[in-house]
Amino acid sequence: MSKEAQKEKSMILQKEMVEGLFSDLANAKELGKKVCYTFIPGNLSELIRTFDMLPVYPEINALQSAMRKKSAAYIKEAEKNAHSEDVCTYVKCDVGMLMKGNIGPTGQKIPDPDVLLLSYTGCFTFLKWFETLKREYPDAKVIMVHTPYQENAEMTPEMTQYMVKQFKEEVIPQMEEVTGVKYDEAKLKEHLKLSAKAEDLMYEIFQTTKHKPSPIDAYFAGVYYIGPINIGFRGTQKAVDYYEELLKEIHIRIENGQGPITPEGEMKEEKYRLVVEGPPNWTSFREFWKIFYDMGAVIVASSYTKVGGVYDLGWRHDPERPLEALAEYCMNCYTNLNIPQRIDLLKKCITEYDADGYMTNSIKSCNSFSAGQLGMMREIEDDLEVPVGFIESDLVDPRYFSYSNIKNRLESYFQMLEQRKKMQEEIV
Amino acid sequence: MKNIDNIINKCKQYAFDLNFSRAKQWKESKEGRVLVGYMPIYFPREIIHAAGAMPVGIFGGGDDKQIIKGDAYYQSYICHIPRSIMEIALDKHMDHIDGFIFPSICDVIRNLSGIFKQQKIGKFVKYMDFPQNFLPEIGGVFYQQEMKHVLKYIKELNGVELTTEALNHSIDLYNKNRQMIEQIYDIRQEYPWRLSIEDVYSIIRAGTVIPVEEHNEILEQICEYIKQDVGTPQDKIKVIVSGAFCEQPALGLIRAVEEAGCYVIDDDYMLGSRMILGDIDSTSDNPLESIAISYIKQSQFSSSIYDVHNPKENRLAKIVKDRGADGVVFAAASFCDPSLLDAPIFQNAFDKMGIRYISFQYSENINQYKVIKEQVGTFSDSIKLWEDEPVVV
Amino acid sequence: MEKYYLGIDLGSTTSKAVIINQKDEIIGRGITNTRANYKVAADIARDEAIYDARFTLLTQKLQNEIDSKPEFKKYMADIRSVFQYRQFKRRMESLEVLLNKTVSNYTYDNKEEIAVGLNRILETIRPHIRNEFVNEDLGSKNQFFRDIVSERYNLELEKEEKALFEPLILAFDKSITPVENEMVQYNFKELVDESMKVLEVKYEGLVEEKNDGSKEDWYYAELNAVKNNYKNVEYTLKEHIDEIAVHDMHITNMVGTGYGRALLPFPEDCIKSEILCHAFGAHAIFPNTRTVLDIGGQDTKAIQVDSHGLVTSFHMNDRCAAGCGRYLGYIADEFGISLNELGPEAMKADKETTICSTCTVFAGAEVKELLHNGEKRPNILAGLHKAIIQRAMSLIARSGGVRNEFTFTGGVARNQAVIKYVKQMVTESYGDVTMNIHTDSIFMGALGGAMFARRNLEVDLPAKQKKMKKII
Repeated sequence: MSKEAQKEKSMILQKEMVEGLFSDLANAKELGKKVCYTFIPGNLSELIRTFDMLPVYPEINALQSAMRKKSAAYIKEAEKNAHSEDVCTYVKCDVGMLMKGNIGPTGQKIPDPDVLLLSYTGCFTFLKWFETLKREYPDAKVIMVHTPYQENAEMTPEMTQYMVKQFKEEVIPQMEEVTGVKYDEAKLKEHLKLSAKAEDLMYEIFQTTKHKPSPIDAYFAGVYYIGPINIGFRGTQKAVDYYEELLKEIHIRIENGQGPITPEGEMKEEKYRLVVEGPPNWTSFREFWKIFYDMGAVIVASSYTKVGGVYDLGWRHDPERPLEALAEYCMNCYTNLNIPQRIDLLKKCITEYDADGYMTNSIKSCNSFSAGQLGMMREIEDDLEVPVGFIESDLVDPRYFSYSNIKNRLESYFQMLEQRKKMQEEIV
Repeated sequence: MKNIDNIINKCKQYAFDLNFSRAKQWKESKEGRVLVGYMPIYFPREIIHAAGAMPVGIFGGGDDKQIIKGDAYYQSYICHIPRSIMEIALDKHMDHIDGFIFPSICDVIRNLSGIFKQQKIGKFVKYMDFPQNFLPEIGGVFYQQEMKHVLKYIKELNGVELTTEALNHSIDLYNKNRQMIEQIYDIRQEYPWRLSIEDVYSIIRAGTVIPVEEHNEILEQICEYIKQDVGTPQDKIKVIVSGAFCEQPALGLIRAVEEAGCYVIDDDYMLGSRMILGDIDSTSDNPLESIAISYIKQSQFSSSIYDVHNPKENRLAKIVKDRGADGVVFAAASFCDPSLLDAPIFQNAFDKMGIRYISFQYSENINQYKVIKEQVGTFSDSIKLWEDEPVVV
Repeated sequence: MEKYYLGIDLGSTTSKAVIINQKDEIIGRGITNTRANYKVAADIARDEAIYDARFTLLTQKLQNEIDSKPEFKKYMADIRSVFQYRQFKRRMESLEVLLNKTVSNYTYDNKEEIAVGLNRILETIRPHIRNEFVNEDLGSKNQFFRDIVSERYNLELEKEEKALFEPLILAFDKSITPVENEMVQYNFKELVDESMKVLEVKYEGLVEEKNDGSKEDWYYAELNAVKNNYKNVEYTLKEHIDEIAVHDMHITNMVGTGYGRALLPFPEDCIKSEILCHAFGAHAIFPNTRTVLDIGGQDTKAIQVDSHGLVTSFHMNDRCAAGCGRYLGYIADEFGISLNELGPEAMKADKETTICSTCTVFAGAEVKELLHNGEKRPNILAGLHKAIIQRAMSLIARSGGVRNEFTFTGGVARNQAVIKYVKQMVTESYGDVTMNIHTDSIFMGALGGAMFARRNLEVDLPAKQKKMKKII
């Protein structure tokens, strides 16, 4: 094993955070903490923390199950119970896991929810997911947070006020009721200050891929980097420490001219820089990643890493306007942007990060991402004259990942990029 | 009799006219008229009417439209309706429609609004974010703001100033429209043989593409007609068809269910035209608020509306009971998230409650029903033969 | 020394090989069915291409004579067919041996009758096939060994007793695959010599045909010319044949492509994606093409190409049989006819029955219902063909539409009904676009591969040639 496979300090910090959280969850009752299930897009970590609750993210459970090759069995279980083959596989994996005893990916039982915080942000399926879970957990309190869609590419005062009112009249009182904790706005503001710090740092981190060679992969490694900020640690000092450490490590890589770390060591030659749209496949994550780094392809920007918040355009949590900040945060998650906004963001990434190509990984069971990707791809291709590629897979259902098909398409795509590069070099 | 046949045939013509000719006619007969298209499921058409425009329901291309261009926008694992809508738009069948409204029913329709914007189809495109908060001062206020946006767009096109009187009047007209539709269903509950579900469907769907005044006239005649003792009762069971219908099944499929041994005595095919249960207050001096409150308090359940406080399976069960239905036919469009994700909720509940049901999938462009007819026929037979035992097919 | 370049396209249904010279001219083509063994298929396709190349060289040497004397023209065409027959015969002999062996090892009670039945069938089909090759140009119909034999074997088998049916089918099934996968060593000169002898006999036996107007004038001219002058041709041919037979077909470089390419023993930079090869090959033949549609056996590709023949974007359907050649295979099975008959049958339709099932699996049930309801066979077939093309059109739409000119390739491009609907739908959706539908379009992938082999893109590009060769 190469040196890179040794745990970097940031990795250790992250591991500690996650292990700590799961350990707390396992002992939630003893600790007297309430358990709050919620979603990554629109994850109101700071608010959850203000009420001293412990967060559980069913999406994370699903993808972790997939990476540990457990998701197929869960999905099968759900399909036996009238779930269709064609619906979101995150939901099926979660429901299946529930039916088999709700033992989480780390082997520990996941505690029942006291609160189902239905952050209805960027994805209609979330609504169905928690409607389904409510039938399973009749005692849980479902708290709806309706995040309006940025249908006209803007967050209007009306939209913000709609959300702020929901927080004031519904969300906060219900959280007070469940937890017995009084809402402490000062505490929330403290968390939000730290959130803004972590966001600044994370933004810096994703800017580093502008270097050549890029020191990190903004998709395969990127999903690890967005962990702390999305799974409940945004608003904590721990997250700030993590991102500071990570940024330091990356700067060292830049100084040494190093390429990104992969499971098999440093990627030596950066041949292609890509922007990728769409979630990754989790069941064959390693093999999928390998196809890219074997061909010298690094992803310099991805839309999936923005599902928990888009920080590219300057937005940060503003502690002075705490409830407005929470509202804007939710509205500003990638899947809550409208299609033209998504296209603009992707174009911006392709241009600013000097990408050689644009690739869509279309996920069969995710309509929020997938419906419209073809139109987006065409517009980006026509406008920027950049080579575009299109592959299809799924989140956590291994039946929809065909390695040979994907490899074939990717090979063809990279050969296409290679030809065009040579052609351009000739002309220049 | 003949007169009724003429009316029904006319309704069929209107309902399935992918050129929306009646709407075009209406627009062209006077200067400055505006057409506002709306996608499924529900939109408060009263406000469009009051603003001097005409609402036009867009329910996809059905089983008649060959899709080539539409497929360029959608992968095969997405439902069929956005393809046919794109096809119709790109084939220029909707060039006379000025603006498009996309109600918040799912991510596919949501993203379709973005594609329309990107392709610059229509003079305005509005995704209508129906509130999932049901407090009048929160969700209700937001809903009114959404409606005001639509009104603003319309005003930019036709300059018509909305008045309280006009809106109250429109509310009246649509109240009447819904009353008569409910009357038809109430009569059919007892005497379903007087009018087939295929005809009921065509009549209601026609109402989405012609002026409401005209449709009210038609409904009056239909109501008169079915008060008479016409038709011959047959030995069929009574069913409710439930499916979060956005993408519509072909008329042949709607007919096939009744042909296979069932009277469909209630359904949600055209839920949008029946969404508000009862009347909306047409006497207030803030009619927009009345519309908002009635949406919040008097809506029928839908797969796209948050229901934890009033579970849909209980509401459907009540409808089954109130209508005296023998069972439920669940129909889901292929790849339709709202419908397919609700299926386990309904089915688990109905298993416990002992309500009989079957389910199948369809898409708007299939017109081979052999398998579905067999399924429905078996369901019907089994209920007739073993009436006392709860049956799950 | 002449340099030649080889491209091999290992598809899921057929394997193709193309040999080009330094001027990118096609010298030889070979095609065979892929079978389950890619290596054998690749070798056979390559060998076929080499024989074809030799014939091309021979033809080039005799070009003057061919142009001026009708007997030369006819002779060269005939000898090609007979050559293929001699090749076929070798393999057929192998098959007969194996069939007889299998049957003799049987332990059935009626073993004797089976052997007799087998013999009867073989005796019947042997001369039939010979006749079709020698006199009816079977060689140009692109049927593979397996198809040629099984069609005629089954035809004769049906005339036999029911009791013989199963054992004889079994014997065939057991024998055909090993024989098909045998690498038969052919000697070019030997085969040409044999062919010439066959032609001698044929021409001797030719009866003077009167020009009764039932055929074209050139037919009679050629026939009479060859009858009277074939000895001249033989003589001239013999002069050149020795040289051509031993001519070193030096393959300087080769590129493999297609689904099975990963299994070829080629170095990594000699394996190219079939998308790129198809585009390049299509562009070579049609320099103005901008959109290429390839409907293969198991996948369908829509490719956008620029003025240099380089791919700008592509879209594939590789998950679903609907819209691929395999769909036609299912249809042929469903209707109990051969693939070759599909097109002609569908062309007889007076309208296209609407087929709703997008899925191949369900289309079968739908077809049965339609037949049951009295729909005419040609109309259903036409509807099925239309359905495939609709799927392909969707794919094209997703890849950016059809840009002028449009090139249609793939094995199914030999089916006239497919061609009809492609033309119809492209015109309907994209207006008057120039459509290139080449009967040899099935070779475009291999041609592209051969052209890449010649260029070895590490070294030089189509438009410019500047860089020094990289020292590997």
